Amino acid sequence: MRRLVTAGAAALAVALVATACGGGGGGDDPSAQTISIEWGEPENPLIPGNTTEQNGGDVIDALFAGLVKYDVDTADPSNEVAESITTTDNRNFTIRVKPGWTFHDGTPVTAQSFVDSWNWTAYGPNAAEAQSFMEKIDGYDEVSTEAPTAPTMRGLRVVDPQTFTVALKAPFTIFPLTLGYSAYYPMPQKFFTDRAGYEAAPVGNGEFRFESRTPNQNLTLVRNDQYAGSVKPQAQRLEFRVYSEIQTAYDDVVSGNLDHVRAMPSAALAGDRWRTDLGAGAHQKEGLVTDSLGFPLYDPRFANPDLRKAISMAIDRQAIVNQIFGGVYRPATGYATSAAEGYVPGQCGESCTFDPQRAQQLLAQAGGFQGPLTLTANSDGGHDPYMQAVANSIRQTLGIDARYTPVPSFSEQRRLANDRGFTGLFRNGWQGDYPSIETFLTQLYRTNASTNDYVYSNPAVDAALSQADQAPDIATADQGYAAAERLVLGDMPNIPLWSRPVIYGNSARVAEAEHNPLNRQDTTTYRLNPQG
Amino acid sequence: MGRYTLRRLLQLVPVFLGTTFIVYVLVWGLSDDPFAGKCGQRECSASYVAQMTERYNLDDPLVLQYLKYLGALLTGDFGQTFSGTEVSTLIADAYPVTIQLALVAVVIEALIGVAAGVLTGLRGRGFVDNLVLVSTLVLIALPVFVTGLVLRQVLGVELGWIRPSVPGDPTIGQLIVPGFVLGSLSMAYVARLTRTSLVENARADFVRTAVAKGLPRRRVVGVHMLRNSLIPVVTFLGYDVGALMGGAIVTEGVFNIRGIGGLVFRGIQQQDIATVVGIVSLLVVVFLLANLLVDLLYAVLDPRIRYD
Repeated sequence: MRRLVTAGAAALAVALVATACGGGGGGDDPSAQTISIEWGEPENPLIPGNTTEQNGGDVIDALFAGLVKYDVDTADPSNEVAESITTTDNRNFTIRVKPGWTFHDGTPVTAQSFVDSWNWTAYGPNAAEAQSFMEKIDGYDEVSTEAPTAPTMRGLRVVDPQTFTVALKAPFTIFPLTLGYSAYYPMPQKFFTDRAGYEAAPVGNGEFRFESRTPNQNLTLVRNDQYAGSVKPQAQRLEFRVYSEIQTAYDDVVSGNLDHVRAMPSAALAGDRWRTDLGAGAHQKEGLVTDSLGFPLYDPRFANPDLRKAISMAIDRQAIVNQIFGGVYRPATGYATSAAEGYVPGQCGESCTFDPQRAQQLLAQAGGFQGPLTLTANSDGGHDPYMQAVANSIRQTLGIDARYTPVPSFSEQRRLANDRGFTGLFRNGWQGDYPSIETFLTQLYRTNASTNDYVYSNPAVDAALSQADQAPDIATADQGYAAAERLVLGDMPNIPLWSRPVIYGNSARVAEAEHNPLNRQDTTTYRLNPQG
Repeated sequence: MGRYTLRRLLQLVPVFLGTTFIVYVLVWGLSDDPFAGKCGQRECSASYVAQMTERYNLDDPLVLQYLKYLGALLTGDFGQTFSGTEVSTLIADAYPVTIQLALVAVVIEALIGVAAGVLTGLRGRGFVDNLVLVSTLVLIALPVFVTGLVLRQVLGVELGWIRPSVPGDPTIGQLIVPGFVLGSLSMAYVARLTRTSLVENARADFVRTAVAKGLPRRRVVGVHMLRNSLIPVVTFLGYDVGALMGGAIVTEGVFNIRGIGGLVFRGIQQQDIATVVGIVSLLVVVFLLANLLVDLLYAVLDPRIRYD
């Protein structure tokens, strides 16, 4: 028996030591002033030019300020670090940087900071994720390859410490509006001289400073009291906490252990439960995210536009939105969303309206459809319920054998897209990069565009987009884009389903914590209720 | 004993090589394009692909890739994730929580399990026996995620007694409910194992001898019956520790514990191959060592068992 007792005592001792180890986290003085935010591990080091996903982007937006800032409610762009952005021909832009802006390490933000940052992002061997955002700048083609023939883009020129000029390959009227995207943020000298040091403790020019990070656990930022922006930050500290399940984060917000959740679990949307649970902390606004179903136009069975329209008209969007998304999503009437500048409602007309008779008629005109119609999405993204519903809607309306055939992961879905391996409809999610109708068109429907997974090509659309790019002013450009959108919808390479609003929730401790319509957190709005 | 241990340790080498090789081949062989989906909806730039190909030696034949990886691993270099974080940092951050959680779970299952087993084993049939029988049956029948989600919802959200999630640097108190969830299945087994073992030993010769010698009942039960009956239980618990050290994907997910199980799971989901191979290699070693320890402990507890 003695040996057993010893073993038991040893186990107890280990447990006690473990208790002692874990018992230290009691001092919650700083946590009373901290706003905690649901977060996920970023995919890359926190470099603006190398980040295109949401998690990294959220922290980068708090750490950096760009030339242009988007309004938290309307997404209207206004100058932030830029004093002025001027042009006479929509091709050559002169950008003046406001004096007085500094990085967190005290060095000034100059024209050179922007030019160096953009050149770094465009430079091929750096393999930056946001590289393609620089593709409109003159000289991009020479620096963007694996073996560049020039070190920097000739389209960027520093005139004096506060001024630089940008020459584009071709006129692009809405260029100033796109400059609020994180890829266009300036970079401090430290990044170029001490890359490892920068990655360990990123230095920006934004409203919050980097404090600490534990990979896979959390990241904390503190208020930048030297912030030069027009709206000063109020919260003292932000903690971005890594969660693996959105439902756990949501439960934490409801029970007051977390302050901000950036999305809603589907269980909370059902029956509008999130509004009851969160009360005044429940927020919703129009966003730039759309879901759609693309056709593999490289498959001859889908060559007839009438067939594609018939399938679109066989989907009862409103019923699916009501049943699966608690009526929160908005059935699409075109490719753009109402939060984008240049949006025109009802672009799709009857082609996106549920009309069983007309759908059957169009299908008959197109000569019917042979064999099973597959609908593909990745099952790790929470798409299963609505994909199933869409398949059912098509089957019931058209009487064809429509089936949902999921693939296991997002990467498998992308592999099929890149290999042109789809044999039926495939799900597309698109998040606009800047609040313009253009962000929903050029990258998707221009011939050989980077995300043209449909292999769609229509010279008339290409011409219309180019014409809009070169329009004399933004209003004319927007009209041109809307015309191009109508042309694409007439061919229906991609069935618009619905737009997802920006949805987020705050705990009772929080007075205000807003996202803008781009679904980026505007951390200058974050503040706690007064205590005591 | 020493020679036996040495032999077992030497056996670990081929097992380690074999398992890590299989894991390496399986993970890298899963997809013909490891970069699909790495850059969102856009296709990855050629220079990114070239850089990553060089970092992971993807141009070499698979066996050579594995040998290069193994060489780095043996010098303590676990490699980097696609995002450039050192895998060893991730492991160092995640492992303490996993160990704490595993210990809490084992202590809970040992205490409650053995107590329930002794109680029913000594008393025999009756109300308590039926109660334990039914409740262990329920625990065995319920999947862990059901127990976890129900407890999180009821205790965390409805009653507000615990936090629905466990913070980054948890106290033992905050790990009790997750530990209970994690250990509940084994706890039921421990209770049943203890009970069966006790009932069997109650009729053993050495117990009858002890009673005949006129020893007090406390001594008969405590020294003679319990010690012999607990041998299979301790063996079971030992294996369980080894398994729990490998992390608990479901429990960690439910309570948002940033442990090793979730790390592997996320690595698999995002096809972050360096993370998966690195951690699994480590887990192989941990599991092999835990098994060896249990085997040695077995001989310590039961003098009839001799190695060599």
